[in-house]
Amino acid sequence: MSNLLEITPELRHRRRKSTAFRYVCMSVTWMSVVLLVLLLAHVTKAGIDWLDWQFLTSFPSRFPEKAGLKSALLGSTWLIGLTAAFSIPIGVAAAIYLEEYAQKNRLNEFIEVNVTNLAGVPSIVYGILGLAIFVRGMGLGRSLLAGALTMSLLILPVIILASREAIRAVPNSIRQAAFALGATRWQTTRHHVLPAALPGILTGVILAMSRAIGETAPMVMIGAAAYVAFMPESPMSDFTTLPIQIYNWAKRPKEEFQQLAAAGIIVLLVALLLMNATAIVIRNMSQKKGA
Amino acid sequence: MQAQASELHRDRQREWREKSVRRTLFVCALLSILTTIGIIVVLFSEAGKFFADVSIFDFLLGTQWTPLFQPKSFGVLPLVCGTFLIVAGSSIIAMPLGLASAIYLSEFASSRFRRSLKPILEILAGIPTIVYGYFALTFVTPILAYVFPSIAVYNAASASIVVAIMVLPMIVSLCDDALRAVPNSLREGAYALGATSFEVSTRVSVPAALSGVIASFVLAFSRAIGETMAVSLAAGNSPNLTINPLESIQTMTSYIVQVSLGDTPTGTVEYYTIFAVGALLFLITLVSNVVANRVLRRFREVYE
Repeated sequence: MSNLLEITPELRHRRRKSTAFRYVCMSVTWMSVVLLVLLLAHVTKAGIDWLDWQFLTSFPSRFPEKAGLKSALLGSTWLIGLTAAFSIPIGVAAAIYLEEYAQKNRLNEFIEVNVTNLAGVPSIVYGILGLAIFVRGMGLGRSLLAGALTMSLLILPVIILASREAIRAVPNSIRQAAFALGATRWQTTRHHVLPAALPGILTGVILAMSRAIGETAPMVMIGAAAYVAFMPESPMSDFTTLPIQIYNWAKRPKEEFQQLAAAGIIVLLVALLLMNATAIVIRNMSQKKGA
Repeated sequence: MQAQASELHRDRQREWREKSVRRTLFVCALLSILTTIGIIVVLFSEAGKFFADVSIFDFLLGTQWTPLFQPKSFGVLPLVCGTFLIVAGSSIIAMPLGLASAIYLSEFASSRFRRSLKPILEILAGIPTIVYGYFALTFVTPILAYVFPSIAVYNAASASIVVAIMVLPMIVSLCDDALRAVPNSLREGAYALGATSFEVSTRVSVPAALSGVIASFVLAFSRAIGETMAVSLAAGNSPNLTINPLESIQTMTSYIVQVSLGDTPTGTVEYYTIFAVGALLFLITLVSNVVANRVLRRFREVYE
């Protein structure tokens, strides 16, 4: 009788294969970490020497040593401010409707599917839409306002999806308790569901805004100018943004401009990092409170 | 009597407020449908103007794309080919790597490792595409040039590699979700029959999660089609009908960027090309997104 517990060569082979597989998967996973480190190291090495106060406070220039990010920083700030003002109220309202009010019918189901699919539309298509509707159709020109409206349409689906997740995570018992005390749907939503969902909504909104900061293609489409050597003063001003400035520098063959692009990227990444850190802090705080 | 009347009045007021709130919220939700309608109307009506001048067959089947100089030719195939070269290149890299990472995360890794890796993936996913374009141009291309000296400065290979890095986090996290939705009892059953972890992963977990895995691939594919800045920085602007990744190409998206950066006058055929190309781009990504989301939705229903 053969021993059932005997380790046959075949079994040894299978086990070895399994171990090898595990190591392959593990090293592939670690690769993401390595890639991130490589990317950050590469950018920092190229750009850190250019990063100084003068770089942050000068207008773009033909001469690399005089060039700076001033108009791009201001443009991005304006753009994000306006975009937030348009997209956050509408996005959160749409999410409230879909989670708290919508009955299950064809129209509402269509809205849901539609939002999911809109989130997957390439950003450049939004740029084409903005160019045709806001820049030309409504005659807003290549202004901050046209840019912010375009950007709002682009990130609305992101805000809606994130806010819905947050609202859905509020336990039903809270709603039922409010209803039982005679509150209307809006009172329940306004005073009980929204406060409970707020940290989640905030996290989603911040992530959506950090996506908006980095978006380049739609702003190129609506014609955010390459060279802006003045401060944007009103929503109707011409503008440029951080990523567009980076793109313009990166396109140039001269090495100094490449390094300027890297310095711009450092500024962009630091801004993103701050926003993401805020989101993570909010998330952790709310988790602690919940537990 | 008086008190009752005022209560009635308050009730009415309340009802009115409820209704107007509901209506306002509904209008906000409706805006998403308006956006879709806007995209479709704009793209297809303006593309219609293009097709008044150029036959749709010449557009879809032509092999020369030279709309910006004489002799003009409007065959979109070089752009489609360029786009799919990038998509194929990035898929070949990102799909196996993404699936392998997801398998590691869901089948082998400790929950502590998972928790620390997820934010790193989120950061990778959140890095703007323009940064990846810079990375491709100044880091990946020089390395490739060292290995293949014949490579063009702008080439499809380096763009494919960074697009792969870009879609990797999405594949990992969607595949991870799909794998974790597979009930543990299936795995335990296989282990009880003496299967090794390799066999459990490849013959039980992955097949059970296949629909989610495929959906993640399709979504990655559609992201890669729509990817713009990295490609237009790194892959060049020469519409070549080639499958050689070492050559410079142009994708649909980078063509649109090229036109909008130039000074093409409004109302010319050249101007309307961006809508024709945009419409094609929108159709391809829409179909793949609808398919992927439907698959994702179905597989969620099965396990919940």
